[in-house]
Amino acid sequence: MKCRVCGQTASISLRSHKTAFCDTHFLVFFEKRVNTTIRRYGLIGDGDRPVVAVSGGKDSLSLWLLLTKMGVTADGVYVDLGIGDYSRVSLEKIKAVADRIGRKVHIFHVPDVFGGRGISEVARGLRRAPCSACGMIKRYVMNKVCMDKGYNLLLTGHNLDDEAAALFGNILYWKKEYLWKKDIALDAKEGHLSRKAKPFFLCSEREVAAYAIISGIDYIYEECPFSKGAKTIAYKGILGNLEEASPGTKLMFVKGYLKELREMKERRQNDREAGAGPEGEFCAVCGYPSGGGACGFCRTLQKFELPYSARFEEYG
Amino acid sequence: MFRSAGLLTSPHRCAKKLPMHVNWEGKEYLFEKPMLVSRLLEELKVNKEGHLVVANNRLVTEDHRLGADDNVKVIRVVSGG
Repeated sequence: MKCRVCGQTASISLRSHKTAFCDTHFLVFFEKRVNTTIRRYGLIGDGDRPVVAVSGGKDSLSLWLLLTKMGVTADGVYVDLGIGDYSRVSLEKIKAVADRIGRKVHIFHVPDVFGGRGISEVARGLRRAPCSACGMIKRYVMNKVCMDKGYNLLLTGHNLDDEAAALFGNILYWKKEYLWKKDIALDAKEGHLSRKAKPFFLCSEREVAAYAIISGIDYIYEECPFSKGAKTIAYKGILGNLEEASPGTKLMFVKGYLKELREMKERRQNDREAGAGPEGEFCAVCGYPSGGGACGFCRTLQKFELPYSARFEEYG
Repeated sequence: MFRSAGLLTSPHRCAKKLPMHVNWEGKEYLFEKPMLVSRLLEELKVNKEGHLVVANNRLVTEDHRLGADDNVKVIRVVSGG
C-alpha cells in the first residue's frame, strides 16, 4: 500500500476515508482534520485559556501534544485516583509529556483529600461502582481547576469510538435522560461551570493511537483495573465489527447524531448544560451545579466526615 | 514465556526455521512462517479495526509482509471503561 500523497510505503490505511498515508503525511492529515473540527465547531477561540484533562492514555496525551504543535498553549490537569502502580505510572507518562512540551500540570490526589482513601475505598463507602464514583470526582475536579486557576475551557480527549459507544449504549437501553446530552462542546455556566470541548470527537481511536505511536508518545497501555468487563468495551467491539464490514459506519453514526442534536436544539431553543441541575440550583458548599442541596463531591466528603478541600499539586 | 496461537510450533522446532516473534498483550508468540499483517491478525483472531501492528518500531499496513527476523508488536487501540 502506498501513501496517497508521496507514493512511499504507507504506514496506515484508513478504510473509512478510502486512503493510506506514510508517517509524515498521516500526521499532516490528522492534524489538519482536528484543526478543521476545532474551527468548524468553534471549539477554541483566540482569547481562550484552555486546560487539557490528561490521564496518561493515548487520547489525552496526543491532544495535549497536538494542541501545542498547533500553537495552542494549554496546561494539564490530572486526577490521581490512588490506584497503586496504575496511577503512579500514568503520572510518570504525563510528566514526561509535560516536560517535552514545556507546560505545567495540576495534580489532584484523591487519597490526600479523602482521608487516605483511593477511588476503590471511596466507591465502597458510597456503595457505588468505582467507575461511577470516579466519573463524579473527575467531573468535579476538572471543573474546579478551571474555576480556581482561571481556565475558561476544559478540553478532553474523547474520540469517535468513545462517543459512538456511549451513543450506542444510550440507544440500546433507551436512556433518554442521557441521550441528547452528549455534544462536541458544552456551554459554561458563568461562575459555576466551565465550557468543555472534545477536539477528537470525529477522530477514530485507531487514528489517535497511530498519531500517538508515530509521534513517539509513551502512553500508558494498560487499562484501568476497574474497567475490566465494562460495557463500553463490549460496545466498541461490536461497533468495530460493524466498521470492519462497512467502513465509515461509526463516523456516519456520530455525525448523524450531531445533526439530529442541532436540529433538536434549534427546535427547542434550549441549550441546557449537560450534567447540570435545573437552572439556578447550585451546591451550597462549593457552588458547583447540583440537582438540589450539596453536590456529589461535597456529599461524599460529608459521608466520610471530612472538611471541604480541593487542593492541587503543581508540576512543571 | 512463549504461548501458542495459530501457526505456532514449539520453540525447539521453530529454532531451525527462524520463527517470527510477535508480542501481543505483553506475551510472546512464535509463528513458523513469515506472513502478511492481515493474516497475522486473522491468526490471532483480533479485530483489524481495533488493532495496529508495529514491525521494527514502524507502523505497517495490512498488506505488509512480515519477515522472519522482524520484531513485531500487535497493539490494541481500544480503551475505556
